[in-house]
Order: sequence, then structure tokens, then C-alpha cells
Amino acid sequence: MAGIEVTSLHKRYPDGTVAVEHVDLSIGDGELFVMLGPSGCGKTTTLRAMAGLERQTSGDIRIGDTLVNDLPPAERDIAMVFQFYALYPHLRTRDNLAFPLRAEGKPEKEVKERVAEVARMMQLERLLDRKPQRLSGGEQQRVALARALVRRPRAFLMDEPLTNLDAELRADVRTEIKHLQAELGTTMVYVTHDQVEAMSLGHRIAILNKGRVEQVGTPLEVYDRPASLFCAAFIGSPPMNLIEVEVADDALRGSGGLVLTPPAGLPRDRALVAGVRPEALEVTAPGADRTVPARVVSAEALGDEIIYVVDHGGASDVRVRMPPTVRFAADDRVGLRHSGGTPPVYDTSTEELVA
Amino acid sequence: MAITIDEAVPGPATDDAPPARRRGGRGRMVVEVLLLTALAVAMLFPVLWMLETSIKENRDVYAVPAKFFGFDLTLDHYKDVFVARGGGRSDLSGSFLNSVVVAGASTVLATVLGVPAAWAYSRFTLKAKKDQLFFILSTRFMPPVVVVIPIFLMYRTLGLIDTKLGLVLIYAAFNVPFTIWMMKGFVDEVPAEYEDAAMLDGYTRLQAFWRVTLPLLVPGIAATAVFALIFSWNEFVFAVFLTSSQEVRTAPPAIAGLIGGTTVDWGLVAASAVVFAVPVLVFAYLVRKHLVAGVTLGAVRR
Repeated sequence: MAGIEVTSLHKRYPDGTVAVEHVDLSIGDGELFVMLGPSGCGKTTTLRAMAGLERQTSGDIRIGDTLVNDLPPAERDIAMVFQFYALYPHLRTRDNLAFPLRAEGKPEKEVKERVAEVARMMQLERLLDRKPQRLSGGEQQRVALARALVRRPRAFLMDEPLTNLDAELRADVRTEIKHLQAELGTTMVYVTHDQVEAMSLGHRIAILNKGRVEQVGTPLEVYDRPASLFCAAFIGSPPMNLIEVEVADDALRGSGGLVLTPPAGLPRDRALVAGVRPEALEVTAPGADRTVPARVVSAEALGDEIIYVVDHGGASDVRVRMPPTVRFAADDRVGLRHSGGTPPVYDTSTEELVA
Repeated sequence: MAITIDEAVPGPATDDAPPARRRGGRGRMVVEVLLLTALAVAMLFPVLWMLETSIKENRDVYAVPAKFFGFDLTLDHYKDVFVARGGGRSDLSGSFLNSVVVAGASTVLATVLGVPAAWAYSRFTLKAKKDQLFFILSTRFMPPVVVVIPIFLMYRTLGLIDTKLGLVLIYAAFNVPFTIWMMKGFVDEVPAEYEDAAMLDGYTRLQAFWRVTLPLLVPGIAATAVFALIFSWNEFVFAVFLTSSQEVRTAPPAIAGLIGGTTVDWGLVAASAVVFAVPVLVFAYLVRKHLVAGVTLGAVRR
């Protein structure tokens, strides 16, 4: 087992596309580390560079104490699970599981034992003699996981392994992966574009955008204080309301007159935007204490909550998350107020967190 | 391409034909059947006549008016294809053997060179990959006949005139671009992740190609090789220009050479033509599924 250290990673393809601009990551031993970002952000390329499937243009990758830059994938002692499972279609489950062991030249007796062991652990015993075409999506994914486990590698790399499963199965396998990782204590790097997966799985999350790391933090850190406007807009569904604000007399006044709690040390000479989570706002009866007048544009009843889109005369409408007990209809006159703590504030020109 | 007549067109109209076919009424069906019959006769008549001539006694071959039925059967012409008049092997059988060697060797060469190249073009990001592929394809744009004279001169300098090696090389040169293009389609269909997985499982890139990708490519290789084989087997122009001696000459110019003396042994011509056509038919039949797969590649979602 080992941690993974990525320093100044840069990857440029021969055709000139830059997939990874600059990435520094320090992944701890035994950590479940999630790389999250939209497609084309460089997360998969970073993962493939860790695996040795892509050679980085510059930068270093260390697995444990070993500098692996020049090691082929086979010598890095890591296992990877792919989005399309990549089970060898001409081999039965049994032989798929045995494939990495045979590649190492393990004696056939040990191969048999280890395959049986991993099959028991992943409940694959009755599937051992089937070929991949005769397995369902969920079964294929379990075989792919088992094939990664069977080698007892120093680290697991997971490239969007749940994307091809249907929603219900996805939640099950997600739980299973989390459980397995906790039990084995093996370092796992998990790439996904799904923020729910990232939040529910990761010990820490790295958010990538345009080949750079925007933020690294625990799920709650990332949720509460996104490090940049990109992260603020990317995490959360519905995402944060980005409200243009001005600093006035120790108060933070948003466009539309909304009053927010100001964080300390705000610069006064720059254009600022505050990130306000939908649950940090409240829709009330009109004229209630500390509210600004507003109008309900639309209401999405989700059962356990209602998302109101509210026009309070600001530069853009805001979204508010309310319990289903509070009912307003579209076009109702309401009041809007900020009920959360100090919001993160961003500089609009640098798009970075300033306070 | 490998669709049989039965599959390609509806069979003769029968009363249990599906309702949709009847929309045009009985008259339309009759016209369809008549047209298709006429087409079939026009297409198949030369083939039938060749088969018939190859088994007719000589006096029936030259009979005027020609005899469609009621001729005497003989297999002498087929015997003449393989056995010389005075006993021993005939010249024609030597030519057939040359054809087998030349077509086989050039196909193997084109496949051995073309499959790894197709794999590389499919898997790796290369500078100006599209331009390179277009260049490879462009070598097939002009009719090969155009370069017969320059090739002849080159071969004369290199001492490749009238050698089997010369023919093997030129046929392979024509088949490599084709092999690369057709195989690239097949390789594209095999997800690269299989090789990635195999590399992480402990193999080198070449081992991964050899152990995982190649087994999955076998049907594609078979289809591509058959196309290449048919091209080499049928090739006539270069064989005529670049070879002259009996020891080297392949079957197409040898069969053509049977025509043009003072008398033409049409029975022998027909019999050798049948012998010449059979291997291609057999191969095409064996790989017919893959031939269709090769032609319609990409039409089916993975």
C-alpha cells in the first residue's frame, strides 16, 4: 500500500491539445481520493498518467517512495477499473480473474486459490464459467472490481466505474466500493463527473477544471467554501446563488437589497460576488422581518423539498431550498432573507475566493 | 457483396407472400418476376455457358447451331488443365501453382505489414495522422495500369522482371493500403481499454496487442485477407507486363494466352476458367459473414 504524489504534472498531446495544464496532488496512504470535474477537465488524463497509460509531458509521479515516471503500467503495481469494464470478451469470468495473476507467472495452484477467494468475497461463484456477454452490467462491474482486487495492488484507480450502470444499481455498487475500500484500506483514486458520487465516496475531493486543480478538500469543505467561482457553480444541485454584492457600512448588500453577513477582511475596491447556498435563503410571507420584497417565479416540488426560483429585483433570480411545509405558488408576493452564516465571497475578475 | 440472390431480392411471388408485397397487385408482381428473371439470365448465362463448354465434347463445342442440350459429356478438358498431353504436369497447372504462391505470399505480406500499421493508426496519437491516412488511401486513387511502365523500368533495373518475388512485392504494395484502411475499422471497434487493462495486469503493450486485441481481430483479419487474396489472384495487367516465362507466369495471363493461336481450344479455356474461379468462390463463401461486416462496419452500434 502506498500514497500517490503528483508534482507539476503537464500533458500535451502531439496534436497540440493540452489535456493537463498543471496538477499537484498529494494522496495519502489508504485514502479514498476523488477527482471531480466536467468532461475535458483533465481528470482522466491525470489518472491515466498515474497508471502509466499516458506519458506526461513533464512533471513527476511517485507511488509510495518510487518515482514511476519511466515505469510501464505493469511495473507500477496498481489496478484499474474502467468505465466500460474492459473484461476480456473471449475469456470466461474465471480466466478474466486469473489473467493478472497468470501475467505475473504465479503457480496455477495459487491462481486457483486466489480466484476462488476473490469470487467468494465478491459473490461471483455462480458466474465463474460465463463469458462477459452473458453477464449483466452490474455483474460485469463486480467482475471488473474483482479482477482489480485479485492482485492485491498498492493502489486502485477507478475511471468513472459507475457511469454505465442504471441509477439504482449505481447506488448499490457505490456503497460496495466504499465498503471494500474501508475494509482493505488500500489507496483508491476515483475519477467521476458526478458530484453525488464524489461527495458520498471521497475522503477528499479534488475539483479539476481546464487541466488545473481548483480545490482540494473534504466533501464538506468543498461544499461550504468552494475555492473559486467554478467550484461554486459546479458543486451542489441546484448550485450556489452567485449574488453581486457591495460592502457598505460593515454590511454586505447584494443587488436587489438582500443583506448578507459580511466575512472579515473584505477588500473594498473590487467587484465582488457572494456564493449563497439555496438552503441559506428563506422565502417568507411578504413584509416579514429583515426581508426584501420578492416574487415567486416558479416552484419545483421535489417531495422532500421545494426549490423556489425567486425574483427579488437583483441582477438574476435566486434559488431557494425550502421544506415542503412552506407552500407558495408562482407569482405569489413573498419576502426573501438570508438565514445562513457568512457566505464565501469571490473576486469577479480573478474568480478566486477572497474571504 | 456477399449477399446471395435469395437474400437480396424477394423470391418468386407465391400466395403466402406478405401482404405488403401485394400492394402493387398481381400485375406488378408478374412484372417484377419477369424483370428479375431476365436479369438473372443475362447475368448467369456466361457462367452457365462456361460451365457447359467445359464439359462438352469438342465437336459439340464447335457445333453450329450451338447445342444447349443433348451434348456428350466429358471431363477431358479438366484433365487437360492439369495433365500435359504426353503425360506429366501441364503448363497450366504450373501457372495455377504460381498463382497460389504469388497470391498467398503477397496476402500474407500485406497482412503482416498492414495489421500492425492499422493498430498503430487506430491506437496512437500521431502527428498529421489524418494526412498520413489520406496519403495511404491516395495511392489507390489512380488505376494501377498508369504505373505499369515506370514499374517495368524499375523492375528491370532491380532484376525483378519475370520473378515471382516481383509480383509478390507489387501485389503486396497494392494490398497494404487497403489492409490498413479496412483493418483500422476493425481495430477501432475493439475498445482500447482491453489493452489498457492488459497492460495494468502486467503485460507490455505488444503483449497486450498479441494476447488481447489480436484474438478479437481474427474475423476482421480473415475478411481483409480474403479481399487481398482475391485481388492478387485476379490481377492480370501486371502479371502480363512483368512476367514472360512459363515458370513464373500466373494463371490469368496463362489462361488468356490460350486464346489467340490459329485454333482455340475453347473447352480447355472454359475448364481452366472454372478451375480459376472456384477458389475465390469458396473463400468468399467461407467468410461471407465477415465480408458483410467489413463493408457495413460502423453501421451497427457497439
